[in-house]
Amino acid sequence: MNAELPLKDRVLEILSQVADPEIPCVSVVDLGIVRDVRDGKVFITPTYTGCPATAVIEAAIGKALKDAGFALKVATMLSPPWTTDWISDSGREKLRAYGIAPPDRGTAKHSLRDVPVECPRCGSRHTEEISRFGSTPCKSLHRCLDCREPFDRFKCH
Amino acid sequence: MLPDATLADYALRLGDDSLVLGQRLSEWCGHAPMLEIDLALSNIALDLIGQASHFLKFAGRAEGRGRDADSFAFRRDALDFRNCLLVEQPNGDFAQTMARQFLFSNWQELLFAQLQHSANDTLADIARKAVKEVAYHAHFANEWMVRLGDGTEESRARTIAGLEWMWRFTGELFERDPALKPLVDAGVAVDVPSLRPDWEDRISRTLAEARLELPKPRRWVMGGRVGHHSEHLGHLLSEMQFLQRAYPGAMW
Repeated sequence: MNAELPLKDRVLEILSQVADPEIPCVSVVDLGIVRDVRDGKVFITPTYTGCPATAVIEAAIGKALKDAGFALKVATMLSPPWTTDWISDSGREKLRAYGIAPPDRGTAKHSLRDVPVECPRCGSRHTEEISRFGSTPCKSLHRCLDCREPFDRFKCH
Repeated sequence: MLPDATLADYALRLGDDSLVLGQRLSEWCGHAPMLEIDLALSNIALDLIGQASHFLKFAGRAEGRGRDADSFAFRRDALDFRNCLLVEQPNGDFAQTMARQFLFSNWQELLFAQLQHSANDTLADIARKAVKEVAYHAHFANEWMVRLGDGTEESRARTIAGLEWMWRFTGELFERDPALKPLVDAGVAVDVPSLRPDWEDRISRTLAEARLELPKPRRWVMGGRVGHHSEHLGHLLSEMQFLQRAYPGAMW
């Protein structure tokens, strides 16, 4: 690690190694959960109010910071509320490679509008929604009508 | 912050609505008519319990007696719960559950849309986050009202029966409580009667699409906000609170 970097950058570098417990292909930094580093605290924000992974994420971040020798507390901030627009470009690619259709950027405010979702396997937009609620709060279930594979989609939020 | 009993009471009302409905919906887990509905109801329950934990935590800070969200949830008796009567009504069949969700989520979405502009920052932050989730709940319930109401004879009859039962508890949602006047005047609490026109508009539109009629006016059943609950709440709490009552402070 480069000690010359500002504290925030060094913290983000450490936390980019902390995987999301439910979707381990992306880190908490990719997801935009880590919001700020200031006043001796790392501020994180929950994706969904009731996401059970929130407590696990907080503990994992605390442990990673401690292991790296940072004396920083983890604090939660609710506002501004998390949106999928904060997921990084590399995070979106990692989701796609993992088989989860990433959310379209800039569509969060139209989250309930039905837009054709791109199949993460074959790239077809000839797909249908099976269920708006999936295996975790952040995902919905879809099916590709071309390659016939079912897939998860990270909901625009 | 300085102790503020009225603010604590208001936060409890908001939190208890979410907590009790979240617990009710979780009764469907593993029993829903289809896997997708099971997932949906469990997800909605999780959102609601998440909201409740934020509101109840804040109620503890406003009360200033060191109680946290868990102590409000697990170590309070039915008389001290402040939820509206609608949310504690039994699930009944799937149509009755959806009727309750339809009436409640459309109200809660309008409530949070206002509460996100509250003069109290914490309440505003919770509402701003939750309103995005509640929009999904309302959307889900609206779709099911149409599917069931405009479905088979059986689904239609059950939906009408569910709506008829739940309707009597909706008056409470719009009842102005003099006890909250200081908070409404200060721009902290939402003046609930103001939500009624938009709510009726939403409800009527979906019911028209479902080829259902608005239930007939009847005498409202109220009292949840002051702790006068139906017998159903006690049974719900006896299950929800069992572990913490039997093994106080148990953790895993």
